[in-house]
Amino acid sequence: MRTFNKEVLYGLYDDEHDLLVAVRNARADHLDIWDVFSPFPVHGMDNAMGLSESRLHITGFIYGMLGTLTAFLFMTWVFTRDWPIIFGGKPYFSAPAFIPITFELTVLFAAVGMVVTFYTICGMGPGIVNPTLDDRITDDKFCLAFDTTNSDEAEVSKMKSFLESSGATEISSKNI
Amino acid sequence: MSGSISPIREPLITGHKTYHQITEDICSPTERTPTTAWIIAFILAVAGLATFVFCVAWTVWFGIGSWNLNRTINWGWDITNFVWWVGIGHAGTLISAILLLFRQRWRTGVNRAAEAMTIFAVICAGQFPLIHMGRLWLAFFIFPYPNTRGPLWVNFNSPLLWDVFAISTYFTVSLLFWYAGLVPDFATVRDRAKGLRRRLYNVLSFGWTGSAKHWQRWESLSLVLAGLATPLVLSVHTIVSFDFATSIIPGWHTTIFPPYFVAGAIFSGFAMVQTLMLITRKVLKLHDYITLEHIESMNKVIVLTGTIVGVAYLTELFISWYSGYIYEQFAFYNRLMGPYFWSYIGMMFCNVLSPQVFWWKSMRRNITVTFVMSIFVNIGMWFERFVIIATTLARDYLPTSWSYYTPTWVEIGIFIGTLGLFSTLFLIFIRVAPAVAVAEIKSILKDAGDQYAGMDVARKHAADPETEKAH
Repeated sequence: MRTFNKEVLYGLYDDEHDLLVAVRNARADHLDIWDVFSPFPVHGMDNAMGLSESRLHITGFIYGMLGTLTAFLFMTWVFTRDWPIIFGGKPYFSAPAFIPITFELTVLFAAVGMVVTFYTICGMGPGIVNPTLDDRITDDKFCLAFDTTNSDEAEVSKMKSFLESSGATEISSKNI
Repeated sequence: MSGSISPIREPLITGHKTYHQITEDICSPTERTPTTAWIIAFILAVAGLATFVFCVAWTVWFGIGSWNLNRTINWGWDITNFVWWVGIGHAGTLISAILLLFRQRWRTGVNRAAEAMTIFAVICAGQFPLIHMGRLWLAFFIFPYPNTRGPLWVNFNSPLLWDVFAISTYFTVSLLFWYAGLVPDFATVRDRAKGLRRRLYNVLSFGWTGSAKHWQRWESLSLVLAGLATPLVLSVHTIVSFDFATSIIPGWHTTIFPPYFVAGAIFSGFAMVQTLMLITRKVLKLHDYITLEHIESMNKVIVLTGTIVGVAYLTELFISWYSGYIYEQFAFYNRLMGPYFWSYIGMMFCNVLSPQVFWWKSMRRNITVTFVMSIFVNIGMWFERFVIIATTLARDYLPTSWSYYTPTWVEIGIFIGTLGLFSTLFLIFIRVAPAVAVAEIKSILKDAGDQYAGMDVARKHAADPETEKAH
């Protein structure tokens, strides 16, 4: 089990709309949100939390290009340098015939690369146990969490009263 | 969420579900002890799988001679089955990728099971070229690995090799795409489980937490994978059609093959999705998530692609006549009037004529008709591949080598065996994983649930505009 060594204060909401409003208000109140958890992607959450756009698709493009070059250059090298053979009277460098495999490897590299990158940067993988705040977060609860590791009493009570006033149905804290 | 209310769109989730009920309905089949129906089905499926293992072992032991292929007809049931299975394996990725890009919300109810079906169908398809090699243990020769024979490379100009790359890429990408969707749902199952089950599902769920940043990346990943899978799914059957189209056999050497094969693949894939979904929905009681609206939408795709395939058949006939090339003309005359005329008639009836019943809305929404039609299409598309492969080869350039082909029990056994392999995998899947994408269904609930969308709600709104605020 991985740990973050954090003391987390969190509130559970029954509806994604309440959560969205709470996140907006928390940011307006200058409260530092540690993280937000939901059973499904909530639309508008990225903006509400001020998350920057994911750069995952850029890595996808780079992996794809790598696949394109690997396939095309390898086939070219094999048929023009390493072992040139004439097939059906065509030139050694018969580029159009290389296209299908080049395309397939582009897709393969992009997909595999992106998926591996995704799991790595999210700290996920087979056998990895990440701490969770509540079992119902993957069911029907929406969670807003504050990091209170270095907060004093006043700050914690401010966060608590914020959670209460924003419509959280349950509030508790957990060391993860 | 800002759910806009459209009186035209029917609700895609019925039964006034809450988020918790959705979790409960979809996850509980994986938590109960299997039903008698499931156990009986599983025993039959494993018996089919055993048939497969036995017949493949027989083929490997005694050689390809245990099949009825001959010098003239060197591709028979094996390649027919291969193309049939690959075609079936197209619907899942079409539903999950192309319909995601087209923002078709009804895909959400069926994408999980359809993608699973895709992966299992591709596994079945992959068996045939391997077995057909005869010397199964040398199958790795098809990959360009550095070897001690030079190294002597594979022929990158050969459509058969393109097929190797296309099918293996398609399998890998479909699997990754499917699994990325499963991870949050495995986490849902994990958080409901105790003890050993919890540990197992924790491994399967990769430690998913549902953090907002992870969801953002997950959505980005899904969208890009959909964008990659869309051209991929079209390329795979295009390349399968190149196996035929780049040859110089009359009846195969046609430029219409790629679009015609792709349309046929989508057609047969949707038919198989219908067959499976109608059974799954009944057995797992998923009527509220796989509604008549879903079934009707898929039937629309079936009638469209069936008609495209029909147009392709007629175009082929016209072009062979119009070409003025006697070999081409004979190839098609032979399909209609030759020794295999019955398979051509079966193909025309099952693929072109019978799906036309779906022009009527009452037929599209009739479960029995849909089920019978899905079986018809599955049979028709098998005939199509048989017509293209065996019929064409049976009458080649030299009348002295003309031949006729009927499969041996080994070939029939391998085919029935792949049905067993497919069913075994599918039955395990519906026991282990949520058969409907839980997180995705939740995300469309407020747009497409029956308490938020559809005729009744729209009428209520017209009567009482105040309720608008609730949404």
